[in-house]
Amino acid sequence: MTSTHSASSSPSRAGAAMTDSSHAPGADTGAAKRAKTSGLTDDSAGMSYLDSLPRRLITVMLPLLVFVFVLLFPFYWMAITAIKPNYQLTDYANYSPLWVVGPTLDHIKYLLFETTYPYWLWNTLYVSFAATAISLVASVFAAYAIERLRFKGSRWVGLGIFLAYLVPPSILFIPLALMVFKLGIYDSKLALIFTYPTFLVPFSTWLLMGYFRSIPYELEECALVDGASRWQILIKVLLPLSIPGLISAGIFSFTLSWNEFIYALTFIQSSENKTVPVGVLTELVRSDVYEWGSLMAGALIGSLPVVILYSFFVDYYVSSMTGAVKE
Amino acid sequence: MADIAAHQASHSSFRSWLSRVGQGRHLLGLLFLLPAAVFLLLFLTYPLGLGVWLGFTDTRIGREGVFIGLENYQSLFDDSVFLLSVFNTILYTVGASILKFALGLWLALLLNQNLPFKSFFRAIVLLPWVVPTVLSAIAFWWIFDAQFSVISWALIKLGLIDHNINFLGDTTNARASVIAANVWRGIPFVAISLLAGLQTIPQSLHEAATLDGATGWQRFRYITLPMLSPIIAVVMTFSVLFTFTDFQLIYVLTRGGPLNATHLMATLSFQRAIPGGQLGEGAAIAVAMIPFLLSAILFSYFGLQRRKWQQGGGD
Repeated sequence: MTSTHSASSSPSRAGAAMTDSSHAPGADTGAAKRAKTSGLTDDSAGMSYLDSLPRRLITVMLPLLVFVFVLLFPFYWMAITAIKPNYQLTDYANYSPLWVVGPTLDHIKYLLFETTYPYWLWNTLYVSFAATAISLVASVFAAYAIERLRFKGSRWVGLGIFLAYLVPPSILFIPLALMVFKLGIYDSKLALIFTYPTFLVPFSTWLLMGYFRSIPYELEECALVDGASRWQILIKVLLPLSIPGLISAGIFSFTLSWNEFIYALTFIQSSENKTVPVGVLTELVRSDVYEWGSLMAGALIGSLPVVILYSFFVDYYVSSMTGAVKE
Repeated sequence: MADIAAHQASHSSFRSWLSRVGQGRHLLGLLFLLPAAVFLLLFLTYPLGLGVWLGFTDTRIGREGVFIGLENYQSLFDDSVFLLSVFNTILYTVGASILKFALGLWLALLLNQNLPFKSFFRAIVLLPWVVPTVLSAIAFWWIFDAQFSVISWALIKLGLIDHNINFLGDTTNARASVIAANVWRGIPFVAISLLAGLQTIPQSLHEAATLDGATGWQRFRYITLPMLSPIIAVVMTFSVLFTFTDFQLIYVLTRGGPLNATHLMATLSFQRAIPGGQLGEGAAIAVAMIPFLLSAILFSYFGLQRRKWQQGGGD
């Protein structure tokens, strides 16, 4: 996103859209005016000024609103179910399912005080934090070695790291379960802390390699000439410059660990060691009577931490996602 | 006295060793690589090999297995449930990937327009992808409830249907429902990644084409799509990989039912290995996924290479 221009500096925005603003003064001011009224500060507007407003409403706004509705409805449904009293949950004849009369906090209270849900939250937090920290440290060193030290075979190691990223957990969980059992860490947080880096390290290393590549090599050469060791260069020159990259890798790794399911399902057995996704699914679903209220409350509260983290770091998040894709 | 001298000598030799390591790129590189390498070799490469080995044994939970050659694979090829799961996996992957691509590209094109609150839209569109899959799948489980589905309720209210849809109880419906839930979760990833690609396409190309009288469809077909194809290849490879090996969504929504109609290879492998205890057989099913994954990676890799060469890119 290159939103450098503000809408108030009228011709400059349109000037970015047209290759030469002096060419077409009419279109120029028109586009500028529309940009002003829509309050937009973005450059990639292109030639949308050629479309009339009603046409744009139907071809752009309408489909977009449908998309947003469909993508967000499950969250609304989750939230509204979490605060609905039980008698309204299945009584569609007398109460509309789409909103709630007399919201209640019973489901959330039940979750927090009568189940092991707080333990699951704590476990997930603990495991995600530890796995992310370990992976970040290992990835920084690995990425620096591959990208900057350029030792013999570093290209092949880089390729290997990328391939490791493509190995899915669903073909590793059986042998890993066997290993975890033999190592004696079955049913402990350690089992997850050791196995999560298998998908976090390749991802973070790949991301940080891309980030290190964007930092000018000259800075490092200057430091080398001044007598700095490689360690000092990494700590004092490279890392401070790559803080955005570290944040991206960190929050992304944290989210991936928070969302992990198959390892946590396989390696953890006792209720108080479970993570949120596993706990909600295996402990809150009992017999045939689904307690939808507390299930939805569990899903909602379990999602909130990552959503809050995400809302603070949207741009880092997007850049890490697209960065991983764009090599 | 001699003791101290020896100590100093060893100390200085340690120092000189340290400085030698500090100077040599190769040695230092390996040292820096060590933590990541230990983790990946121990918990990724080794289990991968162990998994392939397990596929050739009859290991069960709590019992060491012996080498039985290809017996697991032979029995799998006669196993109608396994063959059905292969079919389901391919159907699920192809169906969901095509829908994710089409809808994701559409959403990316919409978001690339001149819009009010653009960054806000972009931020909320990504939400389904951020939230833990299992938790959003639980919400879908409730949405797809046989008796109290809100979709059935809305369609009945609108007068489109007259009885509840049995979303997860009927084989066809169940397949469609799990694909829908997967697409819902996958669209944001495809859309936001492709949006990043769209923003790198120079507007001048579109303007030049418009001056030459190109229609909107022609501009999309001959400018947007070719310029976007390298990123499409990468995004779709990732999407196919993650869809093919999907486990969570199925495990929450149907556990493979009804009549194994939604059993994917990953869920079947889990079911045979962990609750069923047949680790060897489960590993064999997991290993059977590898050829499919490799072909997907190679397909995209060579697709990518060709594009690079077409655009005159080096490396």
